[in-house]
Amino acid sequence: MIADFEYFAPKTVEEALSLLSKYKEGAKIIAGGQSMLVVMKQRLLTPEYLIDIKGLTALDYIKHDEKQGLKIGALTIHRAIEKSPVIQKHFGVLSEMEGNLATIQTRNWGTIGGNLCHGDPAGDPASVFIALNAKLKLASSERERIIDTEEFSKDYLEVALEPNEMLSEIQVPNPPPHTGTAYEKLMVMKGDMGIIGAAVSITLSGKGSVCQDARIALSNCSSIPLRAKKAEKALIGKTLDERQLTKAGEVAATEAAPTSDVHGSAEYRREMVKVFVKRVARLALERAQKA
Amino acid sequence: MKGKLRELKLTVNGKPYELKVKPETLLVDLLRQELKLTGTKVGCLDSACGVCTVHIDGKAVRSCSVLALQANGRKVTTIEGVTDGDKLHPIQQAMIDHGAIECGFCTPGMVMSAKALLAENPNPTREEVKEAIQGNLCADEGYVKYIEAIEIAARVIRGGQ
Repeated sequence: MIADFEYFAPKTVEEALSLLSKYKEGAKIIAGGQSMLVVMKQRLLTPEYLIDIKGLTALDYIKHDEKQGLKIGALTIHRAIEKSPVIQKHFGVLSEMEGNLATIQTRNWGTIGGNLCHGDPAGDPASVFIALNAKLKLASSERERIIDTEEFSKDYLEVALEPNEMLSEIQVPNPPPHTGTAYEKLMVMKGDMGIIGAAVSITLSGKGSVCQDARIALSNCSSIPLRAKKAEKALIGKTLDERQLTKAGEVAATEAAPTSDVHGSAEYRREMVKVFVKRVARLALERAQKA
Repeated sequence: MKGKLRELKLTVNGKPYELKVKPETLLVDLLRQELKLTGTKVGCLDSACGVCTVHIDGKAVRSCSVLALQANGRKVTTIEGVTDGDKLHPIQQAMIDHGAIECGFCTPGMVMSAKALLAENPNPTREEVKEAIQGNLCADEGYVKYIEAIEIAARVIRGGQ
Protein backbone atom coordinates (compact mmCIF):
# COMPACT_ATOMS: atom_id res chain seq x y z
CA MET A 1 0.00 0.00 0.00
CA ILE A 2 2.69 2.45 1.07
CA ALA A 3 5.59 2.70 -1.38
CA ASP A 4 8.85 1.53 0.15
CA PHE A 5 11.44 3.97 1.44
CA GLU A 6 14.65 4.01 3.38
CA TYR A 7 14.00 4.67 7.04
CA PHE A 8 15.99 6.70 9.54
CA ALA A 9 15.26 7.26 13.20
CA PRO A 10 17.74 9.93 14.31
CA LYS A 11 18.43 10.20 18.03
CA THR A 12 19.04 13.95 18.11
CA VAL A 13 17.79 17.08 16.35
CA GLU A 14 21.28 17.64 14.94
CA GLU A 15 21.31 14.17 13.44
CA ALA A 16 17.86 14.74 11.90
CA LEU A 17 18.99 18.04 10.38
CA SER A 18 22.15 16.48 9.02
CA LEU A 19 20.09 13.74 7.31
CA LEU A 20 17.86 16.45 5.84
CA SER A 21 20.91 18.34 4.54
CA LYS A 22 22.16 15.14 2.96
CA TYR A 23 18.98 13.94 1.26
CA LYS A 24 17.10 17.26 0.77
CA GLU A 25 14.11 16.92 -1.62
CA GLY A 26 14.28 13.12 -1.55
CA ALA A 27 13.59 13.08 2.17
CA LYS A 28 10.45 13.68 4.17
CA ILE A 29 10.16 14.05 7.88
CA ILE A 30 7.52 12.03 9.67
CA ALA A 31 6.37 12.97 13.15
CA GLY A 32 3.07 11.43 14.28
CA GLY A 33 2.17 10.77 10.65
CA GLN A 34 -1.55 11.24 11.31
CA SER A 35 -1.92 13.29 8.12
CA MET A 36 1.14 12.12 6.24
CA LEU A 37 0.46 8.39 6.31
CA VAL A 38 -2.92 9.11 4.72
CA VAL A 39 -1.28 10.72 1.68
CA MET A 40 1.45 8.08 1.64
CA LYS A 41 -1.20 5.35 1.50
CA GLN A 42 -2.76 7.17 -1.43
CA ARG A 43 0.71 7.36 -2.99
CA LEU A 44 0.35 11.10 -3.38
CA LEU A 45 3.59 11.18 -1.42
CA THR A 46 6.35 8.65 -2.10
CA PRO A 47 9.53 9.79 -0.36
CA GLU A 48 12.80 7.99 -1.05
CA TYR A 49 13.96 8.60 2.51
CA LEU A 50 11.79 8.89 5.59
CA ILE A 51 13.25 10.59 8.64
CA ASP A 52 11.24 9.63 11.70
CA ILE A 53 11.53 12.29 14.40
CA LYS A 54 8.64 11.11 16.58
CA GLY A 55 11.12 9.88 19.19
CA LEU A 56 13.00 13.19 19.55
CA THR A 57 11.90 14.06 23.07
CA ALA A 58 14.02 17.22 22.96
CA LEU A 59 11.25 18.81 20.86
CA ASP A 60 8.43 17.69 23.12
CA TYR A 61 7.80 20.49 25.62
CA ILE A 62 5.45 23.25 26.71
CA LYS A 63 7.17 26.18 28.43
CA HIS A 64 5.57 29.35 29.68
CA ASP A 65 7.26 32.49 30.88
CA GLU A 66 5.62 35.74 32.04
CA LYS A 67 8.02 37.70 29.83
CA GLN A 68 8.66 35.49 26.82
CA GLY A 69 5.26 33.89 26.44
CA LEU A 70 4.53 30.33 25.45
CA LYS A 71 6.92 28.00 23.65
CA ILE A 72 5.68 24.70 22.31
CA GLY A 73 8.11 22.12 20.94
CA ALA A 74 7.12 20.93 17.48
CA LEU A 75 6.77 17.32 18.65
CA THR A 76 4.30 18.06 21.42
CA ILE A 77 1.22 15.91 20.86
CA HIS A 78 -2.18 17.57 20.48
CA ARG A 79 -3.52 15.88 23.60
CA ALA A 80 -0.73 17.40 25.72
CA ILE A 81 -1.65 20.89 24.52
CA GLU A 82 -5.33 20.23 25.15
CA LYS A 83 -4.67 19.05 28.71
CA SER A 84 -1.84 21.42 29.69
CA PRO A 85 -2.86 23.43 32.79
CA VAL A 86 -0.62 26.34 31.78
CA ILE A 87 -2.22 26.50 28.32
CA GLN A 88 -5.72 26.15 29.75
CA LYS A 89 -4.98 29.03 32.11
CA HIS A 90 -3.20 31.47 29.80
CA PHE A 91 -4.08 30.38 26.23
CA GLY A 92 -7.47 28.73 26.67
CA VAL A 93 -8.29 29.08 22.98
CA LEU A 94 -5.53 26.60 22.12
CA SER A 95 -6.90 23.97 24.48
CA GLU A 96 -10.45 24.51 23.17
CA MET A 97 -9.25 24.20 19.58
CA GLU A 98 -7.44 20.95 20.36
CA GLY A 99 -10.55 19.51 22.01
CA ASN A 100 -12.26 19.58 18.62
CA LEU A 101 -9.26 18.48 16.57
CA ALA A 102 -10.03 14.99 15.22
CA THR A 103 -10.34 12.25 17.85
CA ILE A 104 -8.50 11.30 21.02
CA GLN A 105 -6.62 8.54 19.16
CA THR A 106 -5.30 11.10 16.66
CA ARG A 107 -4.51 13.65 19.36
CA ASN A 108 -2.60 11.01 21.34
CA TRP A 109 -0.09 10.44 18.53
CA GLY A 110 -0.27 13.44 16.19
CA THR A 111 1.99 16.42 16.86
CA ILE A 112 1.38 20.13 16.62
CA GLY A 113 4.39 20.60 14.35
CA GLY A 114 3.30 17.81 12.04
CA ASN A 115 -0.10 19.40 11.72
CA LEU A 116 1.37 22.78 10.74
CA CYS A 117 3.90 21.27 8.31
CA HIS A 118 1.20 19.26 6.55
CA GLY A 119 -0.08 22.65 5.38
CA ASP A 120 -3.74 21.75 5.09
CA PRO A 121 -5.75 24.99 5.00
CA ALA A 122 -8.58 23.15 6.76
CA GLY A 123 -6.35 22.50 9.77
CA ASP A 124 -7.29 24.33 12.95
CA PRO A 125 -3.97 25.19 14.66
CA ALA A 126 -2.57 27.51 11.96
CA SER A 127 -5.55 29.87 12.09
CA VAL A 128 -5.47 30.04 15.88
CA PHE A 129 -1.71 30.67 15.88
CA ILE A 130 -2.16 33.45 13.30
CA ALA A 131 -4.81 35.08 15.51
CA LEU A 132 -2.42 34.74 18.48
CA ASN A 133 0.38 36.35 16.44
CA ALA A 134 2.58 33.28 16.92
CA LYS A 135 5.99 32.78 15.34
CA LEU A 136 7.56 29.59 14.07
CA LYS A 137 11.18 28.59 14.58
CA LEU A 138 12.62 26.79 11.57
CA ALA A 139 15.92 25.02 11.98
CA SER A 140 18.53 23.68 9.59
CA SER A 141 22.12 22.55 10.08
CA GLU A 142 23.27 26.00 8.94
CA ARG A 143 20.93 28.36 10.75
CA GLU A 144 17.74 29.05 12.63
CA ARG A 145 15.12 31.52 11.47
CA ILE A 146 11.87 32.74 12.92
CA ILE A 147 8.87 33.60 10.76
CA ASP A 148 5.28 34.68 11.35
CA THR A 149 2.81 31.80 11.23
CA GLU A 150 0.92 33.53 8.42
CA GLU A 151 4.08 33.43 6.26
CA PHE A 152 4.41 29.68 6.67
CA SER A 153 1.71 28.34 4.34
CA LYS A 154 2.44 28.85 0.65
CA ASP A 155 -0.25 26.84 -1.09
CA TYR A 156 -2.39 23.77 -0.55
CA LEU A 157 -0.17 21.29 1.39
CA GLU A 158 2.87 23.49 0.74
CA VAL A 159 4.80 25.30 3.44
CA ALA A 160 7.80 27.63 3.52
CA LEU A 161 10.32 25.03 4.67
CA GLU A 162 13.52 24.80 2.69
CA PRO A 163 14.43 21.18 1.84
CA ASN A 164 17.02 21.17 4.65
CA GLU A 165 14.77 22.78 7.26
CA MET A 166 12.37 21.54 9.89
CA LEU A 167 9.94 23.26 12.23
CA SER A 168 11.28 23.10 15.75
CA GLU A 169 9.17 25.39 17.91
CA ILE A 170 6.02 27.50 18.03
CA GLN A 171 6.35 30.75 19.95
CA VAL A 172 3.18 32.41 21.17
CA PRO A 173 3.61 35.87 22.71
CA ASN A 174 1.72 36.75 25.86
CA PRO A 175 -1.34 38.66 24.69
CA PRO A 176 -1.50 42.41 25.42
CA PRO A 177 -3.83 43.49 28.27
CA HIS A 178 -7.57 43.43 27.50
CA THR A 179 -7.20 40.79 24.79
CA GLY A 180 -9.60 37.96 24.06
CA THR A 181 -9.20 35.18 21.49
CA ALA A 182 -11.64 32.55 20.27
CA TYR A 183 -11.92 29.90 17.57
CA GLU A 184 -14.88 27.96 16.26
CA LYS A 185 -15.46 25.85 13.20
CA LEU A 186 -18.52 24.53 11.44
CA MET A 187 -18.68 20.78 12.07
CA VAL A 188 -21.33 18.18 11.35
CA MET A 189 -19.77 15.95 14.00
CA LYS A 190 -17.41 16.95 16.80
CA GLY A 191 -13.85 16.46 15.63
CA ASP A 192 -14.62 16.89 11.94
CA MET A 193 -12.42 19.03 9.76
CA GLY A 194 -14.07 22.44 9.74
CA ILE A 195 -16.28 23.15 6.73
CA ILE A 196 -15.01 26.62 7.56
CA GLY A 197 -13.38 27.93 10.73
CA ALA A 198 -12.73 31.38 12.17
CA ALA A 199 -10.18 32.54 14.72
CA VAL A 200 -10.52 36.06 16.11
CA SER A 201 -8.37 37.96 18.57
CA ILE A 202 -9.51 41.34 19.86
CA THR A 203 -7.53 43.80 21.97
CA LEU A 204 -9.46 46.62 23.61
CA SER A 205 -7.86 49.96 24.45
CA GLY A 206 -9.07 49.80 28.03
CA LYS A 207 -12.18 48.98 29.96
CA GLY A 208 -14.48 50.27 27.22
CA SER A 209 -15.30 48.64 23.89
CA VAL A 210 -12.91 50.52 21.61
CA CYS A 211 -10.93 48.03 19.56
CA GLN A 212 -7.21 48.74 19.58
CA ASP A 213 -6.17 45.71 17.56
CA ALA A 214 -7.81 42.75 15.89
CA ARG A 215 -6.51 39.63 14.16
CA ILE A 216 -8.77 37.35 12.14
CA ALA A 217 -7.82 34.10 10.39
CA LEU A 218 -10.03 31.71 8.44
CA SER A 219 -9.65 27.95 7.99
CA ASN A 220 -10.67 26.12 4.83
CA CYS A 221 -11.47 29.33 2.98
CA SER A 222 -8.51 29.44 0.61
CA SER A 223 -5.52 27.33 -0.38
CA ILE A 224 -3.82 28.57 2.81
CA PRO A 225 -5.02 29.56 6.29
CA LEU A 226 -6.25 33.03 5.39
CA ARG A 227 -5.67 36.19 7.37
CA ALA A 228 -8.69 38.47 6.82
CA LYS A 229 -6.96 41.83 7.04
CA LYS A 230 -9.84 43.89 5.66
CA ALA A 231 -12.18 42.44 8.22
CA GLU A 232 -9.64 43.33 10.92
CA LYS A 233 -9.69 46.95 9.66
CA ALA A 234 -13.48 46.95 10.01
CA LEU A 235 -12.96 46.47 13.74
CA ILE A 236 -9.78 48.40 14.60
CA GLY A 237 -10.42 51.86 16.08
CA LYS A 238 -14.17 51.23 16.30
CA THR A 239 -16.41 50.94 19.30
CA LEU A 240 -17.45 47.34 18.99
CA ASP A 241 -21.16 46.68 18.91
CA GLU A 242 -23.35 44.21 17.00
CA ARG A 243 -23.26 46.40 13.92
CA GLN A 244 -19.45 46.41 13.74
CA LEU A 245 -19.22 42.69 14.37
CA THR A 246 -21.74 42.05 11.58
CA LYS A 247 -19.70 44.28 9.30
CA ALA A 248 -16.51 42.34 10.06
CA GLY A 249 -18.27 39.12 9.11
CA GLU A 250 -19.50 40.60 5.85
CA VAL A 251 -16.06 41.90 4.94
CA ALA A 252 -14.40 38.59 5.84
CA ALA A 253 -16.85 36.81 3.54
CA THR A 254 -15.60 38.94 0.63
CA GLU A 255 -12.01 38.05 1.48
CA ALA A 256 -12.70 34.32 1.73
CA ALA A 257 -12.06 32.34 -1.44
CA PRO A 258 -13.50 28.93 -0.59
CA THR A 259 -14.10 26.14 -3.07
CA SER A 260 -17.12 23.89 -3.38
CA ASP A 261 -17.00 20.26 -2.35
CA VAL A 262 -19.25 17.57 -0.96
CA HIS A 263 -19.33 19.34 2.42
CA GLY A 264 -20.64 22.63 1.12
CA SER A 265 -20.74 25.00 -1.83
CA ALA A 266 -18.48 28.02 -2.04
CA GLU A 267 -21.54 30.23 -1.63
CA TYR A 268 -22.62 28.41 1.53
CA ARG A 269 -19.13 28.58 2.96
CA ARG A 270 -18.98 32.33 2.35
CA GLU A 271 -22.29 32.73 4.15
CA MET A 272 -20.94 30.68 7.05
CA VAL A 273 -17.84 32.90 7.22
CA LYS A 274 -20.21 35.82 7.86
CA VAL A 275 -21.94 33.93 10.65
CA PHE A 276 -18.80 32.52 12.26
CA VAL A 277 -16.64 35.64 12.14
CA LYS A 278 -19.42 37.59 13.84
CA ARG A 279 -20.07 34.85 16.39
CA VAL A 280 -16.40 34.26 17.20
CA ALA A 281 -15.65 38.00 17.30
CA ARG A 282 -18.46 38.44 19.82
CA LEU A 283 -16.93 35.72 21.99
CA ALA A 284 -13.44 37.23 21.64
CA LEU A 285 -14.88 40.62 22.62
CA GLU A 286 -16.56 39.18 25.72
CA ARG A 287 -13.28 37.58 26.71
CA ALA A 288 -11.36 40.81 26.08
CA GLN A 289 -13.77 42.69 28.33
CA LYS A 290 -13.11 40.20 31.13
CA ALA A 291 -9.36 39.98 30.56
CA MET B 1 18.75 1.13 0.99
CA LYS B 2 15.09 0.69 0.13
CA GLY B 3 13.44 -2.57 1.04
CA LYS B 4 15.97 -3.19 3.78
CA LEU B 5 14.52 -4.91 6.81
CA ARG B 6 14.82 -2.98 10.03
CA GLU B 7 15.13 -4.21 13.56
CA LEU B 8 12.18 -3.56 15.82
CA LYS B 9 12.11 -4.20 19.54
CA LEU B 10 8.83 -3.73 21.31
CA THR B 11 6.62 -5.21 23.98
CA VAL B 12 3.18 -6.46 23.01
CA ASN B 13 0.79 -7.45 25.79
CA GLY B 14 3.70 -7.76 28.18
CA LYS B 15 5.75 -10.00 25.93
CA PRO B 16 9.00 -8.67 24.46
CA TYR B 17 9.62 -9.14 20.73
CA GLU B 18 12.67 -8.64 18.54
CA LEU B 19 11.60 -8.57 14.92
CA LYS B 20 12.75 -7.52 11.48
CA VAL B 21 10.20 -5.53 9.49
CA LYS B 22 9.87 -3.62 6.24
CA PRO B 23 9.86 0.10 7.10
CA GLU B 24 6.51 0.69 5.40
CA THR B 25 4.74 -1.87 7.61
CA LEU B 26 1.83 -0.40 9.55
CA LEU B 27 1.50 -1.35 13.19
CA VAL B 28 -1.86 -3.02 12.53
CA ASP B 29 -0.32 -5.26 9.88
CA LEU B 30 2.51 -6.21 12.18
CA LEU B 31 0.06 -7.16 14.92
CA ARG B 32 -2.30 -9.12 12.72
CA GLN B 33 -0.01 -10.66 10.13
CA GLU B 34 3.31 -11.16 11.91
CA LEU B 35 2.14 -11.67 15.49
CA LYS B 36 -1.23 -13.24 14.53
CA LEU B 37 -3.03 -11.02 17.02
CA THR B 38 -6.16 -10.79 14.93
CA GLY B 39 -8.41 -9.40 17.65
CA THR B 40 -7.48 -5.96 16.40
CA LYS B 41 -9.57 -5.38 13.29
CA VAL B 42 -8.96 -3.50 10.06
CA GLY B 43 -11.75 -1.27 8.85
CA CYS B 44 -11.12 1.84 6.79
CA LEU B 45 -7.29 1.83 7.03
CA ASP B 46 -7.72 5.57 6.75
CA SER B 47 -7.86 6.82 10.33
CA ALA B 48 -11.64 7.21 10.26
CA CYS B 49 -13.31 4.22 11.91
CA GLY B 50 -11.27 3.48 15.05
CA VAL B 51 -11.69 -0.30 14.81
CA CYS B 52 -7.89 -0.76 14.87
CA THR B 53 -7.48 1.10 18.19
CA VAL B 54 -4.69 -0.26 20.40
CA HIS B 55 -2.66 1.30 23.20
CA ILE B 56 0.88 2.55 22.87
CA ASP B 57 2.34 3.27 26.30
CA GLY B 58 -1.19 3.27 27.67
CA LYS B 59 -2.66 5.76 25.22
CA ALA B 60 -5.30 4.88 22.64
CA VAL B 61 -4.00 5.23 19.08
CA ARG B 62 -5.02 3.97 15.66
CA SER B 63 -2.71 1.15 14.65
CA CYS B 64 -3.51 1.74 10.95
CA SER B 65 -1.97 5.18 11.26
CA VAL B 66 1.28 4.38 13.01
CA LEU B 67 4.30 2.79 11.37
CA ALA B 68 5.31 -0.40 13.16
CA LEU B 69 8.83 1.03 13.54
CA GLN B 70 7.40 3.99 15.44
CA ALA B 71 6.46 1.57 18.23
CA ASN B 72 10.15 0.71 18.68
CA GLY B 73 10.99 0.58 22.37
CA ARG B 74 7.37 1.06 23.36
CA LYS B 75 4.68 -0.99 25.06
CA VAL B 76 1.74 -1.99 22.87
CA THR B 77 -1.47 -3.43 24.27
CA THR B 78 -4.09 -5.04 22.07
CA ILE B 79 -7.51 -6.49 22.86
CA GLU B 80 -5.76 -9.82 23.54
CA GLY B 81 -3.91 -8.13 26.39
CA VAL B 82 -6.81 -6.73 28.38
CA THR B 83 -8.07 -9.90 30.07
CA ASP B 84 -6.68 -11.08 33.36
CA GLY B 85 -5.90 -14.70 32.42
CA ASP B 86 -9.27 -16.19 31.52
CA LYS B 87 -11.14 -13.48 33.37
CA LEU B 88 -12.64 -10.84 31.12
CA HIS B 89 -11.92 -7.21 31.81
CA PRO B 90 -14.84 -5.45 33.55
CA ILE B 91 -15.44 -3.43 30.37
CA GLN B 92 -15.77 -6.62 28.31
CA GLN B 93 -18.00 -8.22 30.96
CA ALA B 94 -20.22 -5.14 31.14
CA MET B 95 -20.59 -5.05 27.36
CA ILE B 96 -21.68 -8.70 27.33
CA ASP B 97 -24.01 -8.39 30.29
CA HIS B 98 -25.55 -5.18 29.01
CA GLY B 99 -25.96 -6.36 25.42
CA ALA B 100 -23.54 -3.79 24.06
CA ILE B 101 -22.64 -6.12 21.23
CA GLU B 102 -24.14 -6.02 17.79
CA CYS B 103 -22.03 -7.68 15.12
CA GLY B 104 -18.96 -7.24 17.34
CA PHE B 105 -16.65 -5.85 14.69
CA CYS B 106 -16.14 -2.48 16.36
CA THR B 107 -16.04 -4.01 19.85
CA PRO B 108 -12.24 -4.47 20.23
CA GLY B 109 -11.67 -0.81 19.34
CA MET B 110 -14.46 0.30 21.68
CA VAL B 111 -12.95 -1.71 24.54
CA MET B 112 -9.50 -0.21 23.94
CA SER B 113 -10.83 3.36 23.84
CA ALA B 114 -12.91 2.75 26.97
CA LYS B 115 -9.99 1.15 28.79
CA ALA B 116 -7.74 4.14 28.07
CA LEU B 117 -10.46 6.44 29.38
CA LEU B 118 -11.08 4.54 32.61
CA ALA B 119 -7.37 4.16 33.33
CA GLU B 120 -7.05 7.94 33.24
CA ASN B 121 -10.46 8.85 34.62
CA PRO B 122 -12.26 6.16 36.66
CA ASN B 123 -15.34 8.35 37.15
CA PRO B 124 -16.11 9.88 33.76
CA THR B 125 -19.17 11.95 32.92
CA ARG B 126 -21.37 10.79 30.08
CA GLU B 127 -19.82 13.51 27.90
CA GLU B 128 -16.35 12.17 28.66
CA VAL B 129 -17.44 8.64 27.76
CA LYS B 130 -18.88 9.91 24.48
CA GLU B 131 -15.69 11.81 23.72
CA ALA B 132 -13.57 8.73 24.42
CA ILE B 133 -15.44 6.61 21.85
CA GLN B 134 -16.13 9.48 19.43
CA GLY B 135 -13.45 8.06 17.14
CA ASN B 136 -14.95 4.56 17.12
CA LEU B 137 -17.68 4.02 14.57
CA CYS B 138 -20.36 1.37 15.01
CA ALA B 139 -22.17 0.52 11.80
CA ASP B 140 -25.03 -0.95 13.85
CA GLU B 141 -25.57 2.33 15.71
CA GLY B 142 -25.06 0.54 19.01
CA TYR B 143 -23.66 3.61 20.70
CA VAL B 144 -26.10 4.01 23.60
CA LYS B 145 -25.53 0.49 24.89
CA TYR B 146 -21.78 0.98 24.60
CA ILE B 147 -21.94 4.22 26.57
CA GLU B 148 -24.08 2.62 29.27
CA ALA B 149 -21.84 -0.45 29.46
CA ILE B 150 -18.76 1.73 29.92
CA GLU B 151 -20.50 3.57 32.73
CA ILE B 152 -21.42 0.25 34.36
CA ALA B 153 -17.81 -0.94 34.00
CA ALA B 154 -16.56 2.29 35.56
CA ARG B 155 -18.75 1.63 38.60
CA VAL B 156 -17.51 -1.97 38.85
CA ILE B 157 -13.87 -0.86 38.63
CA ARG B 158 -14.44 1.78 41.31
CA GLY B 159 -15.76 -1.01 43.52
CA GLY B 160 -19.46 -0.25 43.39
CA GLN B 161 -22.20 -2.20 41.70
